[in-house]
Amino acid sequence: MNKNFSLRSLLVRPEVATFLMFLAIMIGFYIANERFLDARNIRIVMGITPEYIIVAIGIAILMISGEFDLSVGSVFALVPMTIVQMVHQGIPPWFAIFLGLMIGIIVGFVNGFITLRFGIPSFIATLGMLYIARSLTTVATAGFPPPFPHILPNELFVYQFELFRASLYWALLVAVVLGVMLHRSNVGNWIYATGGDQNAASSMGIKTGNVKMFCFILCGFLAGFAGMIQTFRLEAPLPSQGYLLELESIAAAVIGGVSLFGGIGTVFGAVIGAILIRFLESGIIMARIDAEWFRAGLGSLIIIAVVFNTFISRRATRIGQNKAKD
Amino acid sequence: MMEDIIVCEGLNKYYSGVHALKDLSLKIKKDSVVGLIGDNGAGKSTLIKILSGAHKPDSGHIYFEGNKVNFKSTKEAMNLGIETIYQYSALIPEMSIARNIFIGREQTTYNVGTFGLMKTKTMQDDAMKALTDVELHLRSPDTPVNQLSGGERQGVVIARAMYFKSKVLILDEPTNHLSVKETNKVLRFVEGLKTQGVTSIFITHNLSHVYPIADHLCVMARGEKIADMNKEDTTIDELTNLLVNG
Repeated sequence: MNKNFSLRSLLVRPEVATFLMFLAIMIGFYIANERFLDARNIRIVMGITPEYIIVAIGIAILMISGEFDLSVGSVFALVPMTIVQMVHQGIPPWFAIFLGLMIGIIVGFVNGFITLRFGIPSFIATLGMLYIARSLTTVATAGFPPPFPHILPNELFVYQFELFRASLYWALLVAVVLGVMLHRSNVGNWIYATGGDQNAASSMGIKTGNVKMFCFILCGFLAGFAGMIQTFRLEAPLPSQGYLLELESIAAAVIGGVSLFGGIGTVFGAVIGAILIRFLESGIIMARIDAEWFRAGLGSLIIIAVVFNTFISRRATRIGQNKAKD
Repeated sequence: MMEDIIVCEGLNKYYSGVHALKDLSLKIKKDSVVGLIGDNGAGKSTLIKILSGAHKPDSGHIYFEGNKVNFKSTKEAMNLGIETIYQYSALIPEMSIARNIFIGREQTTYNVGTFGLMKTKTMQDDAMKALTDVELHLRSPDTPVNQLSGGERQGVVIARAMYFKSKVLILDEPTNHLSVKETNKVLRFVEGLKTQGVTSIFITHNLSHVYPIADHLCVMARGEKIADMNKEDTTIDELTNLLVNG
């Protein structure tokens, strides 16, 4: 904490608002049903959350750089499906994992290449990829879902410890490494600059195209990695895996304070956003509310988060402008 | 002290058939303030884009400190000490002052190639020092730039150029949309540059802003230079007449 620390400057940070929302939801559902915070329920929720955390981090960083990726849900299915099918073809498990993750990287590269080379909105480029990658997954399934090959080292990624799964530690590793990259490294500074104002960034010598390409590739890789973890946990490669995940991960990022216009957001916010969504889902079930209300709750949360963030950022700007008038 | 820092010879630039810059030659003396004036579409922006390395001329030569240069990127021009401050896009609004000052030139440690961790503390301290050097006193280097006034923002940009020891500072309409008080603040920053060995090229369509601080004035119209003179050889009336009637 530096000497200019103040409560107000803390409260205008979007991820702090997310954290307060998170606490409110946790307390609210705990009051509705005490078993909501039982070790058993935490074990269940945190068993599935890491996969969403990893995807949300990738999406958040890409959105901070000023782009979108709607294909993450499809990549989330395509990568593990190819890994499983390659193992069935006799490719050694680790080599299959390597090749599978490369597919995530390649999809990210293609998304970036199409967006940047042809100057089209990433929303469109990755919408196309959403369909293409999903279609490829179904084709790779070859009729019906293949069995899970148990020679794959899935325990390394999803082993159930007392309370948490190994996947949570993988997600934390991703969060720490990418958090340091985004908030402490010069690459992170370039990402914020690119998303904040691309013209200004390039006039200061930042290769904004390369920065965005890096974020696209990172996002594709993380989506594939997270999908692999889910398949390893379920021990079943499903072609429908990750359906609508693209919207949910954008929701997690936005709830976590990432701006749709780029330049604003944190890794911590995306992590909290992803956890919040999963606990919201669980809380609704635990409170014996019809599970169909989950989407209504999520929808409300997105709107509240963005309205709130817009409000505080306008306030922050007004503080500055009033000061200028003095 | 009176040698030329930048010499342009016969610069031409076409944009999809439009002759945006016509055979422009210009000499800029070291440690001077040059006012580059002209109406919209006069070719001012084209000229600065070429000088800053953002665009390449279709023909003609540029000499910097006596050496012929051929910039392939803004980074190359920046490395030689030519810093350009664009009207709307010099700073990233959401980022802090310290981060803005060091964008693309971060002080890093634990480097792997060109990547490394930022020395946040050093950058904050140096940012404050850079601001103080241009007589800009702001509370904290962590303040986001969108909380600063227009004049303060120009001050941060100028502080950045000074910190990185720029030799030439190209300012694109730095006083646009500023109040009178803020404009005067920016003019004082620019005047201060001269004493610190920085040459500035001040682009504007508002003659009254640049006239008081300029040593040399250059008027452009329709991609051509129509006047190029020292301030003592001209008057504000003559310049206004040139600007209006071309």
